[in-house]
Amino acid sequence: MTPPAIRFDQVRKAYGPSIAVSGASLDIPAGQFVALVGSSGSGKSTLLKTVNRLAEPDAGRVLLAGKDVAAMALPDLRRRIGYVFQHIGLFPHIDVGRNIDIALRLAGQKPDGRVEELLDLIGLPRAFAARMPAELSGGQAQRVGVARALAAGPSIMLMDEPFGALDPVTRDSLGRAYRALHDRLGMTTIMVTHDMAEALLLADRIIVMDSGDIVADLAPAALLAGAGGDVAQALVAVPRDQAERLRALEADG
Amino acid sequence: MSGALARLPGLLAAHVQLSVAALLLALAIGLPLAVMAARRPALARIVLGFASLVQTIPALALLALFYPLLLALSAMVGGGIPALGFLPALLALTLYALLPILRNAVTGLSGIDPAVLEAADGMGMTAGQRLRLVEAPLALPVAMAGIRTAAVWTIGAATLATTVGQPCLGDLIFAGLQTQDWPLVLTGCAAAALLAMLADGLLGSTEWGLRTRRLWPVWGSLAVLACGLGLSLVPLMRSQGPVVTIGAKNFSEQFILARVIGQRLEKAGYRVQYREGLGSAVIFKALSAGDIDIYLDYAGTLWTNEMRRTDVPPRAQMLTEIGGWMKGEGRAQLLGPLGFENSYAFTMRASEQRRLGIRTLEDLAARSPFLRLGTDIEFLERPEWAMTRSAYPMRFAEARPFQPTMMYNALASGRVDVITAFSSDGRIASDGLATLTDTKGAIPAYDALLLVGNARMKDPRLISAITPLIGKIAVNIMREANYRVDRPDAKESPEEAALWLNAQIK
Repeated sequence: MTPPAIRFDQVRKAYGPSIAVSGASLDIPAGQFVALVGSSGSGKSTLLKTVNRLAEPDAGRVLLAGKDVAAMALPDLRRRIGYVFQHIGLFPHIDVGRNIDIALRLAGQKPDGRVEELLDLIGLPRAFAARMPAELSGGQAQRVGVARALAAGPSIMLMDEPFGALDPVTRDSLGRAYRALHDRLGMTTIMVTHDMAEALLLADRIIVMDSGDIVADLAPAALLAGAGGDVAQALVAVPRDQAERLRALEADG
Repeated sequence: MSGALARLPGLLAAHVQLSVAALLLALAIGLPLAVMAARRPALARIVLGFASLVQTIPALALLALFYPLLLALSAMVGGGIPALGFLPALLALTLYALLPILRNAVTGLSGIDPAVLEAADGMGMTAGQRLRLVEAPLALPVAMAGIRTAAVWTIGAATLATTVGQPCLGDLIFAGLQTQDWPLVLTGCAAAALLAMLADGLLGSTEWGLRTRRLWPVWGSLAVLACGLGLSLVPLMRSQGPVVTIGAKNFSEQFILARVIGQRLEKAGYRVQYREGLGSAVIFKALSAGDIDIYLDYAGTLWTNEMRRTDVPPRAQMLTEIGGWMKGEGRAQLLGPLGFENSYAFTMRASEQRRLGIRTLEDLAARSPFLRLGTDIEFLERPEWAMTRSAYPMRFAEARPFQPTMMYNALASGRVDVITAFSSDGRIASDGLATLTDTKGAIPAYDALLLVGNARMKDPRLISAITPLIGKIAVNIMREANYRVDRPDAKESPEEAALWLNAQIK
């Protein structure tokens, strides 16, 4: 039996007196798209960051294909994992092309044609390689952020509120585009979001966190069918309620 | 002026070397310190606090403080650390340049968007890669502004290195100020200002090139900087043979006599360098520490300042005691008196002196309640003033200090009636002044004494080159030489006056 792509084993993390994650255990098989949902301060971002060790757990282990991440050299570990986050963090002093291929150069590889390939993949014109980050819109910048994370060919993608700062239209199209990429490239993805609708529409599996604990872990259909408990259902109630009100408005019109 | 222009290339070269060395040292210390401080706020507070504290010390005082510091350090490790010249100037200027470099580099580094740093960490950059690829280029514009400030400050403050005996463009400025040779002052200032503007421009274009990723301005500027530094080192390459360092205090007579000595040594085949503008408190210690080889001082100054004596023995006895004191303590050697005296001389306008019938200090004391006294800056605080007043009960209607030149002007214009002139000053004769006699011998003798460092006493060729000066410079010759430099019109440079003076000595 092959070990899961990512295994959280009793992971605990506290910042001073406040506990962010209290003993989370979870197996994520290769190829899965997992949404990590919860309100602010539920510990979802911290749990995500224990995978690439931007947060070091106080106790417990994170295993990638059976190997403890704590035993891996940081640069090696992080080059195997794509990381995309809300504030994007493109390097403002170099052009888009350099932003994308910098991970390859760090790994000592030649970026032959890879930048064009990645721009095609994320749906930006190839000419964008010569633009500076300041010349991009928010959606374009996050597309470049995704391309940069994919450059070194990682099998795991960590996304921390990746589309949180984008307008709803861009957010929807970028979400769908990434989901298609995930399937095409056979990635394993964990996406942190506080937006249950986004999670329901994109993910294979939804994990709900509340005050550092995992309180629900199930498929979108099951969640919509009413399973998962009060916290999870309270989160589902928001988009469901909005959808019903919209339908009522349509009926009145 | 032509003599000054001949010195300009050498002084410019020394100025460039000193400034570049101080700036490079400050960068070598400041940039790593800034990287460390940017990650540790507590360290940043300590480091920036210290650098700011250094800035509050006037540059002149900072330079002066390094002299006793290095002297003590040298004594602690058994000698060998030069306390005068390049080293103290380098250290003081480096400290001075640290603040703008540190402050701007820390500001530049801590102003980087945290998201950019998170992205760098998230993609697996090592600390070194993050610094090189992300932090350094992003902090560069702000850090570079600090480096440019530091460069301009350093080049400006380096003119003060004259005061610790390091040759630089300040030599022209200080000598020009003392001899009221304004073209000389302007030459020094303009050269320093042009140098600062050039350095600022080159660093600016380097920054512009780095920021806009154009390589030619970067290499171009660096090439010009390297050429400048290379050119400044050319005089060093030529330096062959032993170099004798001649010290001088900060007034015309000292400038002239230093060159009288220098011209003789050059004729004897020595290479000579001058350390000018040294204060009375520093210059004797510099001689005994071996930082300078030769200078001349005045008997009364050594007697009161160095030997801390307040009695006034007859002249011959005083000279014997000074010579014995020097030899006894192994500090330096007294080669002999030059033949003239430069003492404090109570002086009046000759017409006034005849009208009032004042010939001696006794006469002056009797009339003092109706007279106004003008002195140089330090006289009223010196032991000589106390010694004079205890011998002659003087109580002037008014006593006020002046800059030396202003003091002569105040007497000429009638603002004061009596001044404490310098007895070898050329203006005593030219301004029609009369000096009063110290009948009780209250003021010690101020014979000009040629002093030589212990190491140079073992060099018979050097000693025989300067021995002919002993007893050969009469006060009227010295006054004439001083006047050639100090007179308001047709001023001569100290070099020219020294040539004239040397020609008078047979």
